[in-house]
Amino acid sequence: MSLDNTNITDADAAKITRVEELAYELTVDDVMSKNLITLTPELTMRDALDIFRKNRISGAPVAVNGELLGILSIEDMIRSLRDGRIDLTVADYMTRNVITARNTDQLIEALKQFVKTKVGRLPVLDENGKVVGILTKGDISIGLLRALQRDYETEELIRYRASHLFEDIVSDHTTLILRYYVKKNDFTHGGAASNNIKKALRRLGASPQIARQCGIAAYEAEMNLIIHTNNGGVLRVEIEQDKIILEAYDDGPGIPDIELAMQPGYSTASEEVRRMGFGAGMGLSNIRQCVDEMRLTSSPERGTNLYMTLYLKTPKHSPKDKD
Amino acid sequence: MILQDVIEHLQLRVLTSSTNLSHVHVYQGYVSDMLSCVVAGAPNGCVWVTLLAHSNIVAVATLLEIPAIIITEGAQPDETTLERANEKEIALLSTPSPSFEVVGRLWHMGIRANDRISDLI
Repeated sequence: MSLDNTNITDADAAKITRVEELAYELTVDDVMSKNLITLTPELTMRDALDIFRKNRISGAPVAVNGELLGILSIEDMIRSLRDGRIDLTVADYMTRNVITARNTDQLIEALKQFVKTKVGRLPVLDENGKVVGILTKGDISIGLLRALQRDYETEELIRYRASHLFEDIVSDHTTLILRYYVKKNDFTHGGAASNNIKKALRRLGASPQIARQCGIAAYEAEMNLIIHTNNGGVLRVEIEQDKIILEAYDDGPGIPDIELAMQPGYSTASEEVRRMGFGAGMGLSNIRQCVDEMRLTSSPERGTNLYMTLYLKTPKHSPKDKD
Repeated sequence: MILQDVIEHLQLRVLTSSTNLSHVHVYQGYVSDMLSCVVAGAPNGCVWVTLLAHSNIVAVATLLEIPAIIITEGAQPDETTLERANEKEIALLSTPSPSFEVVGRLWHMGIRANDRISDLI
């Protein structure tokens, strides 16, 4: 889809994807001007000019009892002035073949009309064909900006509430715990838990870097549960005011040689799993780069437990930064 | 650099429909078929070149905020992958060329690697 580019500023462009969504979500009724000024056909052009000036408008639909007869624009006005026939009626100068929009149309339909026809305004009709409003490109811009503002405020509010969680709730030790149950071999949903963790941390006010580091560590842990466990496992995130604890645990089969498993490049992934892009043998060392502390315990009887801590006060450098 | 220009220059086939390609800017690139390497090394907002076509590439791109993936050697993602990419607004682009050639041409267009990830986050 392409919006009329001449009407889009850089600021709009940054939000373009959401704007496009909104163009489908909003209807003409949501953004049109309902304070409708209509002209009657027997008015003189002189009277019409007064109405335009008084109301600071440059066009208006011509209607009787809501029945649309035509539209009068400033160009029609100029024609009558040039002809020196300003005492003729609106009916003599109005445009009769009017392009209209329906109040229930998606905004995108109206936008396409503007782009296609280059008209300045579209009278809006209801299901009975009565004029109920008028739509200009300005109305669309304002409507979209308002909708964006509402979106923004909602997101801000959610984020504000979330980030004040720890201050609003008084206890000697407040912890927020998130649990994600990860199924064995569930490659289809691989990464879903870690994406949700990253999103939750952003909501809670974590910096993009902290959220990214946790997201990466959680991703590697999540994929390990999917690839290497007997029955899947649990990804648990414990959020406190000054640290985040990530824990991944399962009930087997356990890691026979932890030291070997920690070695970059060492992997036990099957050929099939490798074909999907896993098994680089970099998972645990990636995690180590992202968190401040990491503890790996494992036994064939009790399974594997990976315990990771990230302190929020002293942010660690991002992955691949070597000490 | 606008993604649409990259697509035209490299004659890539666009497999997804949810992204407005004229509004995505890419300045950096990353190439690897090992997800763990991508996760550790690909900068935010880069274009990622890979011959992987499995749905996990979308999960990784979402995690790292990668807006576009160039799938090389004609590898074809399945329906689920395409659906998910559309949902997450990640552009999947396809080419019969091998990764080496794609990366060479991206470099020639001015797209560079990034070795200081922390600067970009």
